[in-house]
Amino acid sequence: MIHVENLVKTFGDVRAVDGVSFDVRAGEIFAFLGPNGAGKTTTIQMLTTLLRPTSGAIAIDGLDPAGRPLEARRRFGIVFQDPSLDQELTAYENMDLHGVLYHVPRKARAARTQSLLTLFELWDRKDTRVKTFSGGMKRRLEIARSFLHTPKILFLDEPTLGLDPQSRNQLWTHVRRLNDAEGVTVFLTTHYMDEAERVAHRIAVIDHGRIVAQGTPAELKQQTNTDALEAAFLALTGTSIRDESANAADQMRQVARMWRR
Amino acid sequence: MAVVFALWLRELKRYLRSRAQVVASLGQPLMYLLALGFGLGPVFEKAGQGDYIQFVSPGVVGMTILFSSIFSGVGLLWDRQFGFLKETLVAPVPRIQIMAGRTLGGATTALIQGTLVLTVCLIAGFRPHDWGGVLLGFLFMALIAVVFAALGTIIGSALRDMQGFQLVMNFLVMPIFFLSGALYPLSNLPAALTVVTRLDPLSYGVDGLRAALIGQSHFGVATDLAVLVAVAALFLALGARAFSRIQV
Repeated sequence: MIHVENLVKTFGDVRAVDGVSFDVRAGEIFAFLGPNGAGKTTTIQMLTTLLRPTSGAIAIDGLDPAGRPLEARRRFGIVFQDPSLDQELTAYENMDLHGVLYHVPRKARAARTQSLLTLFELWDRKDTRVKTFSGGMKRRLEIARSFLHTPKILFLDEPTLGLDPQSRNQLWTHVRRLNDAEGVTVFLTTHYMDEAERVAHRIAVIDHGRIVAQGTPAELKQQTNTDALEAAFLALTGTSIRDESANAADQMRQVARMWRR
Repeated sequence: MAVVFALWLRELKRYLRSRAQVVASLGQPLMYLLALGFGLGPVFEKAGQGDYIQFVSPGVVGMTILFSSIFSGVGLLWDRQFGFLKETLVAPVPRIQIMAGRTLGGATTALIQGTLVLTVCLIAGFRPHDWGGVLLGFLFMALIAVVFAALGTIIGSALRDMQGFQLVMNFLVMPIFFLSGALYPLSNLPAALTVVTRLDPLSYGVDGLRAALIGQSHFGVATDLAVLVAVAALFLALGARAFSRIQV
């Protein structure tokens, strides 16, 4: 379903993604794990047509996202790391607008919006503006929305960031249920190893832009001689903390970039 | 088409839902109308130019449309900040449709805002020389709205965050307003100012509006129309290009 070969993305002299290859089978839940700044989000952005790769090949359901972005986009849904709802619109309007953007026919749009909002326990609040929603509700709405156009692949970029255990638990239950019911392939990133261990069929660990290990949770534990995925992860990627915060020079560059482009 | 309409409707809904903002954005034009209209009125009349409220009302309407359409374009920055922009950028829709829906929506809300201010002008004592001209006036208002909504899209696509916005306000939007002849007649200006006012698209918008509403024109209606349509086409093309180049 997803085929990636020797994918490279460089920003200036930084190789954010450095020769990554992997395959995700249809119907699989695939977790992409790595410390901050390892290249997870950059990879997702290339898979979802938001960034052009420097080199390497990607096939999304057989399509090259850089060459045929519109067709590729129709085949996946994505939940971004940070929220992407229109806060001034209601839950229903957010769903409906998404349906229009993805060319879902009006009747199917209404029917599917109702069933998804009901499934994600948001139907009662469908006419409430999103800005009054809690973090968990917003996340649920985003995931419901990403399913609206019946995608073949669902990308989830740290979907549980900042959620309480109840919401996290419920979210994964829904994702697994939809994975079962609709056979959607799921590509996810997370920092919570217990989640990955629980829901993912297979895992790839990325560090410094390279894949350092791939396999089922059991295989990864066996490889590293550990008894929990968290320990396996630390064994693979080390214990040093990755500093992602911008220093003064980065911020200056940001200001300069605002005007260049 | 459905996509353009849906995004146009979104802009309209957002506008109608922020009543506080609607009222707040009436404040500035009102101040110009009342403070300048009544404050400078006597001087203007002594200089033999007639009633200043009559003269300045089309200018204030033009200013309202300028500000509100540029702001709507800069709304792109908010969508970037709050993330909704990404939702539209990964949709299987050509960017040009997204840009068109947003820009037309912004232009429409600016037109509504301009109509509100025109109504306030009427209450304050402004009288169009003949009511048939009001129709032509709306055409000019719509053109001003499209020109500057497209300019707003260009700016919104180029800026990365809100910090740059102040710069745009002070070095682009305010000059466009002050150099447009919205507040003073364009005749008998110093040579340098004459050149600059002729380069300002809003000059032609305000002039056309004045021709339609009070029957006074500096450039002539045909010139005003031609320039505005040409600039609108140019800005829309540049806006579409800028928007299609946005990377998240």
